[in-house]
Parts: sequence; structure tokens; C-alpha cells
Amino acid sequence: MATDSLSRAFAALADPTRRDIVARLAVGDATVSELAAPFDVSLQAVSKHVKVLADAGLVTQTRRAQRRPCHLDAEVFDLMTAWIERYRRRAEERYQRLDTVLADMDDAEHPTAHPHHTPRDQGAAS
Amino acid sequence: MTSTRSTRPTEIEADPAVPTIRMVREFDAPPERVFRAWVDPDLFVRWIGPRSIDTRIDHWDARTGGSWRYASVRDGEEIASFYGSFHEVRPHERLVQTFTFTGYPDGVSLETMTFSDLGDGRTRIVGLSVVESMEIRDMILASGMDTGVVEGYQKLDELLAAG
Repeated sequence: MATDSLSRAFAALADPTRRDIVARLAVGDATVSELAAPFDVSLQAVSKHVKVLADAGLVTQTRRAQRRPCHLDAEVFDLMTAWIERYRRRAEERYQRLDTVLADMDDAEHPTAHPHHTPRDQGAAS
Repeated sequence: MTSTRSTRPTEIEADPAVPTIRMVREFDAPPERVFRAWVDPDLFVRWIGPRSIDTRIDHWDARTGGSWRYASVRDGEEIASFYGSFHEVRPHERLVQTFTFTGYPDGVSLETMTFSDLGDGRTRIVGLSVVESMEIRDMILASGMDTGVVEGYQKLDELLAAG
């Protein structure tokens, strides 16, 4: 998935009304008028929101007779979630290494230096 | 020293409206100790990079207004380097740094790390990274501009595959 697609997806979700629409579509497909019902906005306004979500690849509108229900495209969400999850796992791996270092520090208030690392300038940190 | 207290996993939040990444993690150690693991270069190199990679500190002056530079080394060969400033070093409370990957010199991230004392010898850290655009932020999420990326996706893909 191209980076700009992901940006469009994140940008589309920056709007609270569009997030509500997505939440509604997560339950099941709905027409624009069904989507508009809980909001104090015009059908046109909801149509615009749906168009932004569609342009971002988050929502598709099928041409089923006159109903044209909106459908949530879960694939994009899966990709966004996968990217964040991958990033999260990398951070988690790092912090698990830090857990180990912190546990070692319990034993020795002054940590043992690792001879193969020789910082040239330790400043005030050490 | 052994602890069986469960540690909550790292939380990552990508704000949909502004180019930030927010991270929350708790540690089973007091703030003084967690902070020291961040600013003492001998401790920092032990956890920052993946195991297959050595972190070589080239410069490290962890004072407000100081700066840092380190390289990632695999099999004796430098594969990536990073530098930035220590904008603010407020012991045991707050660490503000800039971060640039030399392979993408126009990019700079502002990293604010807050250390909160949870009592009972525990600490919560909240990290906030701010970058210049949503595109850059999403690129970081997708590929990573930290030392983790240089290991390649191989290991993580294996992890994800093992699910």
C-alpha cells in the first residue's frame, strides 16, 4: 500500500463525524440516508463525508438497485493496523531489552561497563 | 530482582489529525533508574538496538543543550547512523531530544519522553514524537527510521508469521 494512501486514510479519519460513520458501517452496510439519521446534518453533508471515506479507500458504495448501500472496506484498516502493530512490536522488543537492563541495575547500583563500547564523551550523564 | 508482576505491553497511538506518534510503556523500576538507562551511554547501548546489531556511541553529552551521535554496526560494518540534540535533560522527569537518521538528513523528529512515578518502584513513560508531515509519520510507522529497521523486516515478519 502506498504511503499516500495511508495518509489519506488517516486524514479521512481525522474528522469525528467520519469516525462515527465508520463506526456505524462497522456494524453493517447502510445507505446515506440511514447514515444521516443520527446526525444533525444534511444528506448532502453526509454524502460528502462518504465521498472522502471512499476516496481514501475506506468505504465502497455498491450499485445495488436504488439503495446504493455504503460498505466498510476492512482491508485498508487491516493494513493500517498491521503497520502500527509492526511498529509497536519493534518498540516492545526494545523495551523488553530495557526491562532486562533495569533488572540488572537492581543488583548493582553502578552498572558494569561493557568493554567493547567506549564512549568518547560521556558528558554529565554518567 | 526477579519480578513476576505483569508489565503492560507498549501502547502506540498514531494521531489521525497531527503528525505524531505517542507511545506508553510501564517499567518495573523507579524513575531514577529508568531515566539513567536512557542517559547513561553504557546502559543505553544495551537495549536500544536489536541484538544482532552493536550500537557505537560516537558522541554523548546528556545535558540540556548537549548533543549525541551513534551508529549501528553489524559485523564490524556501519549500516546506519543517527544524531540529534539533548534539548532538555530534566533528571528523572523529562527528556527532550531531536532525532535525525543521516540517511534522510532533511527529516528531524522532536522526541519528548516523560517519566512518571507510579509508586511501588514502578514508572510509566510517555513518549511523543512529532515529525513534519503526515506522510513522514506514516512512513516511519510503515518502515521505521530507528535502529530497529536496519535489522530488516525479517525477524519481525517471522514473529508476525508465528502470530
